[in-house]
Amino acid sequence: MTVHIASTVHVGRHGDASDGAFAEAVGGRLSRVDGPAKITGAAKYAVEQQLEGLAYAVLVESTIASGKVRAIDTKAAEAAPGVLQVLTPDTIISLRTAADWFGTPPPDKPYCPLARDITFSGQHVAAVVAETFEQAVAAAALVKVSYDETPAIVDLSDVKAGDGIPIDAMTKEWGDAQGAFASAPVRICAAYNTPREYQAPIEPHGLIARWEGDKLTVWEPSQWLDGMARTYAEWFGVPFENVRLVSPYIGGGFGSKALALSHGAVAACAARMLGRPVRLVMTRPQTFTGYGGRAATRQTVTIGADAQGKIQSIVHRGINETSMDGMWVEPLGSVISIMYATPNFSSRQNVVRVNSVVPGAMRAPGENPSAFGIESAIDELAYEVGIDPLEIRLRNYAEQDPHAKKAWSTRQLREAFAAGAERFGWARRSPEPRSIRDGNQLIGWGVAAGTYPVRRAYGEAIVRILADGSVEVESSSIDMGQGTYTILAQTAAETVGVRADDVVVKLGDSRFPRAGVTGGSRLAGVMTGAVYKAATSALDQLIGLAISDPRSPFYALQANTLVVANGRIASPRGDGPDVSIAELLKSVGRDHIEATGDTMPANSTPEDRYKNYTTIAMSVPHTEGDYSRHSWCAHFIEVRVDEDFGTVRVSRVVSALDSGRLYNPKLAESQWKGGIIMGIGQALLEEGIVDRRHGRVVNNNLADYLVPTNADIPDIEVISVGIPDPHSSVLGGKGVGELAIVGVAPAIANAVFHATGKRIRDLPITLEKLI
Amino acid sequence: MRDLSYFRASSVDAARQAAALPGAMLLAGGTTLIDLAKCGVAEPETLVDIAHLKGLDSIEVDERGATIGALARMSHVADHADIKSRFPAVSEALWQAASAQIRNMATIGGNLMQRTRCPYFRDPANFPACNKREPGSGCSAIGGVTRGHAVLGTSEACIAMYPGDLAVALVAFDAIVHLGERQIPVDDFFLLPGTTPDREHAIEPGEMITAIEIPGSAAARRSTYLKIRDRQSYEFAAASAAVGIEFEPDGRTIRDLCVALGGVATKPWRARTVEDALKGKALEPETVRSASLLAVEGAVDHGANHYKIELAPRVVARAILKLGETA
Repeated sequence: MTVHIASTVHVGRHGDASDGAFAEAVGGRLSRVDGPAKITGAAKYAVEQQLEGLAYAVLVESTIASGKVRAIDTKAAEAAPGVLQVLTPDTIISLRTAADWFGTPPPDKPYCPLARDITFSGQHVAAVVAETFEQAVAAAALVKVSYDETPAIVDLSDVKAGDGIPIDAMTKEWGDAQGAFASAPVRICAAYNTPREYQAPIEPHGLIARWEGDKLTVWEPSQWLDGMARTYAEWFGVPFENVRLVSPYIGGGFGSKALALSHGAVAACAARMLGRPVRLVMTRPQTFTGYGGRAATRQTVTIGADAQGKIQSIVHRGINETSMDGMWVEPLGSVISIMYATPNFSSRQNVVRVNSVVPGAMRAPGENPSAFGIESAIDELAYEVGIDPLEIRLRNYAEQDPHAKKAWSTRQLREAFAAGAERFGWARRSPEPRSIRDGNQLIGWGVAAGTYPVRRAYGEAIVRILADGSVEVESSSIDMGQGTYTILAQTAAETVGVRADDVVVKLGDSRFPRAGVTGGSRLAGVMTGAVYKAATSALDQLIGLAISDPRSPFYALQANTLVVANGRIASPRGDGPDVSIAELLKSVGRDHIEATGDTMPANSTPEDRYKNYTTIAMSVPHTEGDYSRHSWCAHFIEVRVDEDFGTVRVSRVVSALDSGRLYNPKLAESQWKGGIIMGIGQALLEEGIVDRRHGRVVNNNLADYLVPTNADIPDIEVISVGIPDPHSSVLGGKGVGELAIVGVAPAIANAVFHATGKRIRDLPITLEKLI
Repeated sequence: MRDLSYFRASSVDAARQAAALPGAMLLAGGTTLIDLAKCGVAEPETLVDIAHLKGLDSIEVDERGATIGALARMSHVADHADIKSRFPAVSEALWQAASAQIRNMATIGGNLMQRTRCPYFRDPANFPACNKREPGSGCSAIGGVTRGHAVLGTSEACIAMYPGDLAVALVAFDAIVHLGERQIPVDDFFLLPGTTPDREHAIEPGEMITAIEIPGSAAARRSTYLKIRDRQSYEFAAASAAVGIEFEPDGRTIRDLCVALGGVATKPWRARTVEDALKGKALEPETVRSASLLAVEGAVDHGANHYKIELAPRVVARAILKLGETA
């Protein structure tokens, strides 16, 4: 259990879309309530739990990319000091296959988290459990695995990779795209590639598993407690209620911590077999293969346009890599199908199997590479027809969703372009490439748009008003740094009428009221809604008691309603008593008031609830009903490219973003800036480099897999242009977390073209591509 | 579990004696050794701790030059006022090396013993073949991912790049490594891989770096270290140059020039051909650029590292021209 007491600072009204007058109300700039605990080290992360009898597990991984395990010699490891057990496919207990995240009934076959059939380098083949971590590490090095190796398909460039599997569900077509392209006066066609990228959260994946009889407790960083608890329950054939997931803090997820993975199964098996709690933490290199990063992608974008740059046709073909035995589709048609108006459109996608771990979700999966394609291509079109890259985007502005043919719920993209351009000074841009210079530095300005759909799901929360007048919020949702603790405190404070420092928010325990996955930028909209409803209900109970209980000081007042503010209750007109919540509860003889709130449809069954919170099958399409719902953004970026060295440095970023109403602008701005920083890394630095002889990513550590340092990041200015969107969430917000990374890489590539006259279509834009 | 013994040396002599035993390794700041032990490359049987030894962390600078104790920390040397004024390239090389945390721990002697970042060298479990680790086992890097590998000084046995910055500046200014009584030019301290890439330094068992001496010179006083890299901090050089220059009284004719390259070779790489081509010449951009091409004479690429051959001369030229601007 984690407790945060908000300490508040009152600030004046902020000049953006937020409507909060004070920091502690919804829309206020309350600082992160979990910040002090993290800064001082008081925050205890999942694997830091001190448990009696803890044993330590270390994984042994395959060193080949394809083939079979011939034999595992565990003798030396078993004889090593402190070793408690050596797990192999032959000795580990058998599990049942769990349903996938859609809840699809799994095949009735056993599941073994240690592999006999090797489909990628770095696959878990054995594990050693010992009394100490050091003993386990040393013994793991003594496990000798021999293989029968077969040729691997190492990446998308492999001649054996082929064209892949068509994913018909990804096909989006209207009009006659090929015909219109053929007859268009202006035509461009180019291929855009993005490499494997990795979430690289600073907290590596790991867990502690402890069994008590048939009850399992797992302390594990998680973006989805209920989904992971279900998976553990299904693996071990125990009731869902028997599994408790605890995840009070998460040191970054970026999509990588939403699922229970095979290393978790290994640790839970070891704990069950030993009858002791077991801790397993991946090494940094293991995190590059223990779960999937962003799949490598390839896209071809062809645009037919008239001489004024008005788009007539877009033909798009995409492929992404997946693993040999898993299916990951990175939806490459997601942005290209909605960003611009076009009468004719075709997008299709294939998925190619390679010998890698199954790729996974990474900040804006699909939208991110999709935007790199279309936002680079439309920039190429702008130069082809000789008009400003911003103007061509406005000329092709989509007034409605071109694919769903529905009205946008809200689309402040035009406003984003205007606000960003003004602040950046875009009107002063010299149109010619290589036309701005400062000594050896070529300077370029680029623009690109981004978008992310409003993914809606359901959540529930309990709000308790306690005897001392404080308020407690509980939910099994999580805070991985985005600010859930803080915005839920603000929501409860404003709704009940107390100060935010009188609200305690408890998250990260699957015993609390349930929540779906924290992914797809949906949590804030879902959970503020659930807390708002629960708090409203608790407030109604409180006022109801105050009016109707004969022991209440308000009983004689015969009022219809009362006002609660700053923790005190009074009549709206100010006549009659004025008492604190604590005093009222004492007078009516109650030690607390409790209400549950959820955003589920009325009449939902317990089965609906279970399915909703433990699978993603019930998330609501963003085009449900009359509207198409998305967040939007526009990035304006300046780069300086050294003409001799080819080094690209981002020197200025102005981004204007529409995430609807902001529950806390300070936190939203931080998330936007984080997304932009991650986008700078994607554009310039990040790439999993595969040794093609071994099918292995060799830069599998944070010294060689480069993410940006502070020195790489200029001041970033973000501008909120959103307005409340009642179609997107209860309180009017749209998604924040993933939006801002979308469009950063193409804005940088476009700026690099403007600076140098060189169009880089393969990320990252490293110096050898420019010298 | 592999046991190792830890010996806290009471004196330099005791340290040398202990380090002479098989399997013993000196431990100072630990930023390299502990890292290599964790990735399974270094397997010391005895750690001989010298970090606490007195009198080895001094930094003395006068007209004749600088003498830096082996246990001086990188950050202290980088920030030393006289080093900054008399040997700017040394200070700049240190500032641009590693991270603040590492610079605060790592010692100058340990820095010279820093080993390559070749990913194949650093991953014994997945890449058993490495002539630097296991003589005769082969080279996993050749034919593999080579973007960060050397183009100069390579052999058929090894193409691993020397990753450091400080030693590049030391090589440029003819620094001398003190191994107790024995003294050896720093350029000779670093060995080419040849057929014995496992042997990287001209240091014998029982020897210990006690100090680095850098002769003072006009060129060292007007010097700079230019480091080009993919990201702007905590990153090894794609190519770097330590350059020092002395002009004739006319302010533009080059009397003396010192040039060394980093990030491109198997050891810190002195570029005497560039120096010789420019000494006595006037500092003209075209002359400098064309002479700088000599820096990569004989360079051999392995595909993905070809860009270094293009990049390195440009880095050298820029550094020389930058020093000219301040004339």
